Amino acid sequence: MKTHEQFAEDLALYALGELAGGERESLEEHLHTCAACRRELQALRGDLGLLGLSSSGPRPPARSKERLMRAIAAEPPLRPSSALVEPPRRSLWWAWVPAFAAIALFVIAVGTWRSNRRMNDQLAELTNRNQGQTVQLDRLNQELRLLQSPDAVHVSLSPTKSPRQPSGTAIFSTSQKRMIFMASNLPPVPEGKAYELWIIPMKGAPMPAGVFKPDEHGNAMMMDQPMPEGVEAKAFAITVEKEEGSDKPTSPIMLMGEVG
Amino acid sequence: MEPVEKSSRSRGDAGDEMRLIARLRGGEQQAMSEFYDRYAKVVYAVALRVLQDAAAAEDVLQDVFLQLWRKPDAFDASRGSLAAWLAVITRHRSIDRLRKRRPETDIEECVITSGPDLRDETERTLVVEKIRGALAEMNPDQRTALELAFFQGLTHSEIAEKTGEPLGTIKTRIRSGLHQLRARFA
Repeated sequence: MKTHEQFAEDLALYALGELAGGERESLEEHLHTCAACRRELQALRGDLGLLGLSSSGPRPPARSKERLMRAIAAEPPLRPSSALVEPPRRSLWWAWVPAFAAIALFVIAVGTWRSNRRMNDQLAELTNRNQGQTVQLDRLNQELRLLQSPDAVHVSLSPTKSPRQPSGTAIFSTSQKRMIFMASNLPPVPEGKAYELWIIPMKGAPMPAGVFKPDEHGNAMMMDQPMPEGVEAKAFAITVEKEEGSDKPTSPIMLMGEVG
Repeated sequence: MEPVEKSSRSRGDAGDEMRLIARLRGGEQQAMSEFYDRYAKVVYAVALRVLQDAAAAEDVLQDVFLQLWRKPDAFDASRGSLAAWLAVITRHRSIDRLRKRRPETDIEECVITSGPDLRDETERTLVVEKIRGALAEMNPDQRTALELAFFQGLTHSEIAEKTGEPLGTIKTRIRSGLHQLRARFA
């Protein structure tokens, strides 16, 4: 039986599509249960992508595009026009609806995939997985209702200092009393610390709106966050706080966005 | 609290690309046309380098874009660079063609994580220069092992045979070479 370290050594070969037969099967079994190896495999594919991008060459001939467009025109319709289709000439935040819907769908897809892995080991978890999917679908429907709500407000948060890489987006609806927050390119927080989102009301002190930590790529998302009733938000902001959250901001604002 | 920079509602490249992917998922043909304009060169360059044959590279180009049209959810925009993902998918499809075998990798299973932001074409050019710089500085034996594995689809056993090096050495060179590329963007 191979150890984790031995499997890890084979990941690059697997990413190249080189492993076959029993070696491939046993590594795939290991990947089902080892999150570290799954992450490393995805990173190795990213490295391979970089290697691929080192190639240069001419543009493909024009006929190639014509051929592709003819081919997709001849394809049977794969999906009905749905909420994922961007409506024409809407205000800017509407344009984000398909993207957020896609991200929300991804969250469900990942949840489902993980559930499937566990099912291989324990059939008894089948019921739990189905229940989990139902809950997630309900949650997605709620998120979509928020995104499509006529009074949903979209606020972009920008860094308070250069460089401008980190960014955040809050979408909230006072009628639905809920909000979604997404951020990217956030630097990691020190041990025992986390980012905290604040609602800055028209009157009164900043109100805590959730604590989160970015993933290894600096991305973070908080869905299904309650929006306090009767509060008129002036802005949203992020600070670094202790892991369990603070009652009031104790560090400089890192990102802030005013409600336009 | 420190002074804050004014909030932005501008259309960023990231949002632009996400919208394009969303339109693709909605089955909009015009989105595929724009998508092709952005990425066909990347895909064609990889296919041509692997296959060394323009007609075969065109076929792979068609195949990759058609696969994406049929499975527009295959790429996870929140995690990796689309350009890097396309490069990997194209390489796999090209090697499959080179070996005259059925596609071995489902594009939906090819989850990728990548560091640099490659959504903007200018940024992408800079990143590509950096990758080429990293390859140029790499130990030539290591670079050769990487390129033989990726662009020619040789197995580590075939590379070992070709270079006269032990199998384990080749395996280590491939792995550490990839890590070196990653380290450039850490």
